[in-house]
Amino acid sequence: MTAVLESSGLGKRYRRRWALADCTLTIPAGHVVGLVGPNGAGKTTLLHLATGLLAPTAGTIEVLGGEPASSAAQLAKVGFVAQDTPTYAGLSVADHLRLGAHLNPGWDHGLARRRIERLGLDPGQRAGKLSGGQRAQLALTLAIAKRPELLLLDEPIASLDPLARRDFLGILMETTAEQEVSVVMSSHLVADLERICDYLIVLVDSRVRLAGQVDELLATHHRLTGPRRDPGTLPAGWQVVEESHTDRQSTLLIRAGTPVHDPGWAVDPVGLEDLVLGYMSQAASGAPARRPEMEAQR
Amino acid sequence: MVIEFHLDAGSGVAPYLQVIQQVRQALRLGLLDVGDQLPTVKDVVARLAINPNTVLKAYRELEYEGLAAARPGVGTFVTRTLSDGSLAAHGPLRRDLQRWIARARRAGLDEESIEALYRDTVRAATREEVI
Repeated sequence: MTAVLESSGLGKRYRRRWALADCTLTIPAGHVVGLVGPNGAGKTTLLHLATGLLAPTAGTIEVLGGEPASSAAQLAKVGFVAQDTPTYAGLSVADHLRLGAHLNPGWDHGLARRRIERLGLDPGQRAGKLSGGQRAQLALTLAIAKRPELLLLDEPIASLDPLARRDFLGILMETTAEQEVSVVMSSHLVADLERICDYLIVLVDSRVRLAGQVDELLATHHRLTGPRRDPGTLPAGWQVVEESHTDRQSTLLIRAGTPVHDPGWAVDPVGLEDLVLGYMSQAASGAPARRPEMEAQR
Repeated sequence: MVIEFHLDAGSGVAPYLQVIQQVRQALRLGLLDVGDQLPTVKDVVARLAINPNTVLKAYRELEYEGLAAARPGVGTFVTRTLSDGSLAAHGPLRRDLQRWIARARRAGLDEESIEALYRDTVRAATREEVI
């Protein structure tokens, strides 16, 4: 299967600060990709580089085999919903659809109209008068009706209430079931991503910390609890993502290619949220997190 | 639609397994019968806001177990039920378990300890089977 996004050594610098650095990624087609990380980690920068709104300072990026925004055909293949799902406040819902039809060669008017009907939106209503959830649905409708091969969504549900969020994601998932479209969506809300994503990218401090299929990531990460151990004595194949120790107990989040059979450890599966938090806290405290008292007692 | 799925996000059980469990449960209780159509992937993902692959994976697993079969372009249909033999065994097993719980209480275990012991034992037994 071809890659929807392929980058090598990709970086973007604003004056002296690198918003994204050394980003090498291959995202295979046919996935719903969750892009997570703290504020300022580079999520929006990566999405803007993929749309062609930004040009890279370093490295290369290809989207669906082409340079972002390099041609009308390239633009037609990518749908983008920017942060906070912007719409034109003074234009009506129907105006938005007309605009979409004029600007996009592959515009599917029937699909757009059916969606608006199903959402119960009044075509004459100005976008500025819509609720946050309705506005998000309108922005998503515009992006879907252009029939893109790749849909890029920047924090589309962050400001929505739980019900509007569920509706939005429901429509998004229905779209991926009906059309052959890959999705890359950034979000803070890992619990929501857990339901919809089958591929995960964790960005921290402008760098990619983790990328891969969710099934595989969940199968290779384990939470271990057991009597206190010296981290130096752990098997070589284990990558310790997060660790904490008390006088008696050690708790580890590890990545290991093979199952853990050592009876000294209680092994529990790790959820996506804990996994993401593990990688984020690793970055926050210098990898991997180690408590100072541990050093003193050695 | 014959049945609807729901997801418990906090259960720690993978979503595709929850779908499988709910189909099995419906088969055991006789809510689903041979020939019934399972909800379409499109309907399930729109309602639950979950990845289509989650549903596809669950349905493939049910096919593998011989409980359902896919008709391309139409949907997935039930081919076998589960409302049979094992139901009869529930009664005696439940009575054994009640006796065991009474013994555990007499030994001073509270509800939490009983559940922890039960879960731990099931998990250990499952692990032994795997190895």
